[in-house]
Amino acid sequence: MAIELPDNVMVSKLDQLASWCRKNSLWPMPFATACCGIELMATGASRHDLARFGAEVFRFSPRQCDLMIVAGRVVMKMLPVLQRIWQQMHEPKWCISMGACASTGGVFDTYAVVQGIDRFIPVDMYVPGCPPRPEQLIQAIIDLQDKIQNEGTILGQEFDMASRQQPKRALVELPVLGQSPTFVRPPLEVRR
Amino acid sequence: MITGRAVDALTARFPGVQSDEFRGQARVVVHPDSLHDVLAFLRDEHQFQLLIDITCVDYLHYRDATDRYGLVYLLATLEQGARVTVRTWLNDPDPVIATVTDLWSGADWLEREVWDMFGIVFVGHPDLRRILLPDQFTSHPLRKDYPLQGRGERHNFTAIRRGEA
Ligand code: SF4
Repeated sequence: MAIELPDNVMVSKLDQLASWCRKNSLWPMPFATACCGIELMATGASRHDLARFGAEVFRFSPRQCDLMIVAGRVVMKMLPVLQRIWQQMHEPKWCISMGACASTGGVFDTYAVVQGIDRFIPVDMYVPGCPPRPEQLIQAIIDLQDKIQNEGTILGQEFDMASRQQPKRALVELPVLGQSPTFVRPPLEVRR
Repeated sequence: MITGRAVDALTARFPGVQSDEFRGQARVVVHPDSLHDVLAFLRDEHQFQLLIDITCVDYLHYRDATDRYGLVYLLATLEQGARVTVRTWLNDPDPVIATVTDLWSGADWLEREVWDMFGIVFVGHPDLRRILLPDQFTSHPLRKDYPLQGRGERHNFTAIRRGEA
């Protein structure tokens, strides 16, 4: 079913167009609390040049950012600050947990260090390493770009927890199409 | 040199002061009641004007230890760089000591840190609040009977999930 299009005209979905714009202009919020922050700085500096991936504009104001990179361990005194900054960022927003400490607490299994920021804020990408090399962080950003492109919607439906959980629950309950309340054909206007 | 003279004068002036030397550095152990006088004496009459640090050691379960908290004051002279370590022992249930903020204003934050981490009460301190840990913290974590992983302090936050911000 070929459609005749004029020159320089492409057809796409609005969701994909929005995701394409978003993924190529991620503005990171550098939440660098420890040694991983040094690698984060190296990633932004000229040798590794995060600008190649459209993510070089580090902003220190959460209102201007849409990608939080938590680089370093977060202590319990810092966690309310982290949560507040996360809440101050505008949707759509993503989070990269950089390094062993941010992801799991690392070697710091002490009374003060939070054992993984994903217990308290949502995380999209985990970067292993202590510290991760800049290449690993760049890989995480590329993977995040793929994620944004693949599942992003212009209205941010991918952030809606309830609808994300639904397909999983449907698998567990072995539903029958058309009969189970969790496994119905989505209305056509949503599928587009 | 100057340290030896000061220690000699100290043992003559305050009975019960024990002194010894370890790797060329003088150490004295004093009774907690006379600690403030000893430090004032060292500062005013023997040129130990500089308070380097105040810290504490918890000797709970330590081999051969008879007292629990060893409170340590490090002093130095500004001209010769001579040093002396003044130590005193405190015990539960009320580890209480007189403040030295009237001698050195810089002792303010040092004493707050020792209070924060060990729960030593400095009587007369102008503002004995926690300095490093959050105000809601209920324990003194460098005490040896405090569990290394805490008592749940690091878990008591609400989790923010997607779509809630
Ligand atoms: S993961 Fe390693 S490099 Fe990164 S903050 Fe922790 S200790 Fe530092």
